[in-house]
Amino acid sequence: MATIAAVERADRTADILKSGFRLAREMPLLALLILTLLLAVAIFANLIAPHDPTLPLEDTDFFAPPVWMEGGSWNAILGTDFQNRDVFSRLIHGSRVSIIVGIVGTLVAGSIGTSMGVLSGYLGGWVDTIIMRFTDAWLALPALIFAIFLAVLVGPSMWNIVIILGAVFWTRYARVIRGEVLTLRERDFVRLSEVAGASKLRVMVRHILPNVMNTTLVLASLTIGVVIISEASLSFLGVGVPPPAPAWGSMLSEARPTLLTGKWWLTVFPGLAIMLVVLATQIMGDWLRVRLDPQLRNL
Amino acid sequence: MRQFILRRVFYSIITLFIISITIFSLIRIAGGDPARLYSEPGARPEDLARLRAQWGLDKSYPEQYFSFVGNIFKGDLGTSFQYKRPVRELYFARLPASLQLAAGALIVAMGIGIPVGIISAVKLNTWWDSLGKLTALFGLSIPNFWLGLLLLIVFGLYLDIFPVAGKGGISNLVLPSVALGWYFAGSFMRLTRSSMLEVLGSEYIKLARLKGLPEYVVVAKHAFKNALIPVLTWAGLYLVLLLNTAVVIEVIYAWPGIGNLLFSGIFQRDFPLVQGAVIIIGVMIVIANLVVDILYAYIDPRIRLTR
Repeated sequence: MATIAAVERADRTADILKSGFRLAREMPLLALLILTLLLAVAIFANLIAPHDPTLPLEDTDFFAPPVWMEGGSWNAILGTDFQNRDVFSRLIHGSRVSIIVGIVGTLVAGSIGTSMGVLSGYLGGWVDTIIMRFTDAWLALPALIFAIFLAVLVGPSMWNIVIILGAVFWTRYARVIRGEVLTLRERDFVRLSEVAGASKLRVMVRHILPNVMNTTLVLASLTIGVVIISEASLSFLGVGVPPPAPAWGSMLSEARPTLLTGKWWLTVFPGLAIMLVVLATQIMGDWLRVRLDPQLRNL
Repeated sequence: MRQFILRRVFYSIITLFIISITIFSLIRIAGGDPARLYSEPGARPEDLARLRAQWGLDKSYPEQYFSFVGNIFKGDLGTSFQYKRPVRELYFARLPASLQLAAGALIVAMGIGIPVGIISAVKLNTWWDSLGKLTALFGLSIPNFWLGLLLLIVFGLYLDIFPVAGKGGISNLVLPSVALGWYFAGSFMRLTRSSMLEVLGSEYIKLARLKGLPEYVVVAKHAFKNALIPVLTWAGLYLVLLLNTAVVIEVIYAWPGIGNLLFSGIFQRDFPLVQGAVIIIGVMIVIANLVVDILYAYIDPRIRLTR
């Protein structure tokens, strides 16, 4: 008996290992690597960055080029900016802004949107009508213009931007989730729990919500890139994260006056950073979409 | 069908109502006092009151809202604080410039997106397809303002081929169009690809192949034409978006379009301007959506039954 149990256990471990390997093979490794690296950089920014991102360096020139060019120094690997600050350190600290705004903004949008979608789809009636009319109206306003408008009204700060982007992007979730809930509502397990006397709140939280989480996750992975680009655009226009905090968008904005004097490193590196992050989230999003929800493949 | 159209029109009107009330109340809640913003710091209270009365800001909020909506129906969207001219006039003065830019961007987007999408669909799962998907991925991942800046550095500064700012001849239009159209090229590629795949899998394409038509005739004549319908519908919607939302690109290239107007309006807290422009944009987008909905319902009767 003991041997059979042991063999069974060994089989199970082998199965788990095998599926683990399959997962690892199918995962977009490069994208995952970029995201892990970025997360590590953002968390340990204080330890990694060679200099303070907001203070000028003392022993380099203003607008020093990257190290491999003439006049560059190892002290500032990617050069210095108009205040003689180290571009490399600013990039490292800037990852925090993008990560925090990207993740928290997506979370805010996702929670509002998912709750609205569940409420709207499950309760139906006038609740549905009101929520969906609002969703339609907010969807009709171009996202970036709406975000700039709100940012100017409430004033620039990182947490304001998080809330604003959450408020702008929740509508995308509400629409899709509502559609999903409409079909879930008719399923037997929901009907049965209603018959068994579960309250509406309980049905929504215990039975509907877990079943739309996959969709929410897929939508979130696709929204996060848009949120990061939106934050960068707002910071670039001067209504995002206020200086001297290093945000990639503000770095691009500060580089603009000297753009045509050949200080290309001030423009190229921050944008490259944004692109890499968004690219990685897009690839992860596509992968999640195919894996979690075959119906969303054509979204 | 008639009932469907009526219902859609009704919803569109409600949508516009909610947009107008959202913009109106947000400005009133968080906008601060424009009279104070547009007068000198030490202005006398009676002068401020006179300004408020002149702009109608001394009335109650509901009164202000109703006169605002009433004026919209008369075609009057208010007068800009900073330009001292009617908002409608300002908007339509900027429209041609924005239209040029939007058309340029649309040409770039479709010129890249549609061919790449077709090749991707026809050569499904080959490296052509991967290349196409990669194009779409980069289209969606590169922030358009960064692309705008890069193009400025490369073509404006180092190669010195195109002018770097302002409006003028065709050469002024090239860089901003590419920067603005690039993102949409990715969308067009994805749209064309999925639409082509759907059509290529249909019965009449099988028939065309069975008849022994050469592959390029099947693709070019039979599949392409039908696959283009949804793509062109979306092109209409995108044009409306491109027209009104090119804020960042217009700022970078100092392009005198609607995006720049809106941007200066928001920054100068020119409420009537922002309010009016956003309403016009909302109306355009809602109408575009309405037209698309009705067109689709006309083509596909199944849509009429769903809400």
